[in-house]
Amino acid sequence: MPSTDALLAEIPRLRRYARALTGDATRADDLVQDTLERALNKWRLWRPGNLRNWLLTTMHHVFINQLATENRLQYRDAAELPETPVAPTQGDGLALRDLGRALQALPADQREILLLVGLEDLSYEEAARIVGIPPGTVMSRLSRARGRLRGLLAEGEALPAHLKIVK
Amino acid sequence: MKPAPISEDDLHAWADGRLEATRRAEVEAWLAEHPQEAAALAAWRQQNARLHATFDPVLAEAVPARLRAAVAGERWRPPRAAAALGWLALGAVLGAMWNAPGWNAPGGARHADDHAQPADALIGLPRRAAIAHAVYAPEQRHPVEVGADNEQHLVAWLSKRLGTPLRVPELGALGYHLMGGRLLAAEAGPGAQFMYDNAAGERLTLYVSAARSGDTAASLPSFRFAEEEGISVFYWAENGFAYALSARQPRAALLPVADAVYRQLAP
Repeated sequence: MPSTDALLAEIPRLRRYARALTGDATRADDLVQDTLERALNKWRLWRPGNLRNWLLTTMHHVFINQLATENRLQYRDAAELPETPVAPTQGDGLALRDLGRALQALPADQREILLLVGLEDLSYEEAARIVGIPPGTVMSRLSRARGRLRGLLAEGEALPAHLKIVK
Repeated sequence: MKPAPISEDDLHAWADGRLEATRRAEVEAWLAEHPQEAAALAAWRQQNARLHATFDPVLAEAVPARLRAAVAGERWRPPRAAAALGWLALGAVLGAMWNAPGWNAPGGARHADDHAQPADALIGLPRRAAIAHAVYAPEQRHPVEVGADNEQHLVAWLSKRLGTPLRVPELGALGYHLMGGRLLAAEAGPGAQFMYDNAAGERLTLYVSAARSGDTAASLPSFRFAEEEGISVFYWAENGFAYALSARQPRAALLPVADAVYRQLAP
């Protein structure tokens, strides 16, 4: 079982990720707490190795369970959803603090991948294992998330939400 | 040799700094001729930088006490590790407390622990307070029974149950605000627990109970300090009532709060 000190050392990283994922400090810490409690209940499933990724995997399960329970958001690949146009932003663009708001406008499954890669600096393979999807799906979610976020953050003029990129 | 065609996966890997040098050079050569895609990639890189700029400050925040408590929670899960022993000992105390003859016959003078030093009216108090803290302070949904928004009712109710007018210390000057309180089963009858938290989400609890029957004149006007499984407890007694202030904080951090509570509760 992971040592208490090892778990304590992971809490700041978990809190950062949860803050970005939920967009709310209290909900984020609730998510971290539920994750730690679940991890401690399931510690028999842990194999010595990457503790952080195991905790992130646990957090993914807790997170999607919460979404399902709260019925807040549909957790599914946005490829199945119609594209919604992104409204151009007002004024002189979104400040840094509004990045959090823009993130919340992303579908949860895209937000997760964007944060695992862009904030947690995980490899695409690690992100795929944590969320339990094929690597190809990671790339498509990442692509949608980045395109959509770029649209949300675009300053002033309405940029095309999707840039055609040659395969 | 002609390089492999540039795929979108290559572009993401470039933005995330995950390409080895050769491929990176090939992608950059391609980007030089594709300004529209180059602009998209610059935006992706900036997204990563903004994510860090916005959320990295969380790393420097103090870890809330409830999360530290959640990690420590492994100790009272089914006995598996040696670390569980400490909490088993606490559980034994709790069990003994519930089964003590004094509980079944509150007016009786007999105690299960007659061998305990009669001079110390507060034996076991810090443990009971620490158990109550460990049980309720990490609670998210129901940390208190009656919230501070209903303080008047809270104080009237608990005062009635404890049979004495209770006062609730005001700790705003120290950054702590009353969350509310609950009724507890203390050793000699009803007890009360008031819970406070600060802006960082750190919680402390004030435990109040009648001193044990036969010790109604108990008085211990100076503080004592105990540490029970990482929980600091300052405790004292006055006019037949025992008080204990508990928090998962170092002694030095809790001392000024204990001092303020003591002064406010002093007759």
